[in-house]
Amino acid sequence: MKLQKATRCALFAILELASGQDRQLSANEIAEKYGISTNHLAKVLRSLGRVGLVEAVRGAGGGYRFSGNRRRTTLLDIIQLFETIDPIRNGEREDGDDTAEGKGLCQVLMEIEDTARATFASITLDTMLKLVEKNR
Amino acid sequence: MANPQVKQSERKCTVRLAKATDIPQVIAIDTENTGLSKAEYWEDLFERYNNRSIDTDDDTQPKSVKRYRFFLVACDGDKVLGFIIGEVRAWEFGSPPCGWIFAVGVRNNIRQGGVGHVLLEALNDRFRKAGVNKVRTMLARDDTLIMSFFRSQGMMAGPFIQFEKDL
Repeated sequence: MKLQKATRCALFAILELASGQDRQLSANEIAEKYGISTNHLAKVLRSLGRVGLVEAVRGAGGGYRFSGNRRRTTLLDIIQLFETIDPIRNGEREDGDDTAEGKGLCQVLMEIEDTARATFASITLDTMLKLVEKNR
Repeated sequence: MANPQVKQSERKCTVRLAKATDIPQVIAIDTENTGLSKAEYWEDLFERYNNRSIDTDDDTQPKSVKRYRFFLVACDGDKVLGFIIGEVRAWEFGSPPCGWIFAVGVRNNIRQGGVGHVLLEALNDRFRKAGVNKVRTMLARDDTLIMSFFRSQGMMAGPFIQFEKDL
């Protein structure tokens, strides 16, 4: 499974900012580490700011700071700000969906989507950061 | 989503095998957490897990080596804060002996205080003493709260896929 670019940027930014108590970083610093465009990241950070997950600190030495709750925010909370995990469950229709073959295919895809959703919904940022630490 | 990293202080508790007198509190915790009161179910579990064995209230070594079913409670004095139930099972689903966790519950008002972690570690210790080095559990896909707990303890999806069919 592949996540969209904006989603990956958001997850990287959040994990970076949430990894330390009161950690404050500029968009440039985050963009550089992950090799992503600062402009793109700035847009993503604005979206995260709108839902209260990050806050911008103004002035010299300003940047962004995580303002959510690491033990309550899940990967799904962030992912669904940028994309839909389960388009089929949400009723998005495609050609052939009404045929027996299409219905069978939808069942299979729904099983995959349900598993993906449950996985993302059960991993908090705190848990994800432990996983990151294990991979260092 | 506000209020970052508020971590409640780790709660002091002791973990031991459940006794008959703990069961009403276990039932109350489960009822509080699930909204369903199933007294008979818990009494039966206690009977099968902790009351049928010859070493009824002693899970210290060396007797615990022979023990493979565990109904544990975390207590603060006489107050039961939470419970966990597990069992070593072998060769079911083609699996070599491993520990299975069937149930875990902590009083609602002390969640995220470390009681679940202490219970899980105590059960894992007993599984290790019983000779297994793998622990598994099974969850409903929509039960993301308890799934989050197990994931926070380092558990990941296992190698089995559950199948079902309406009969």
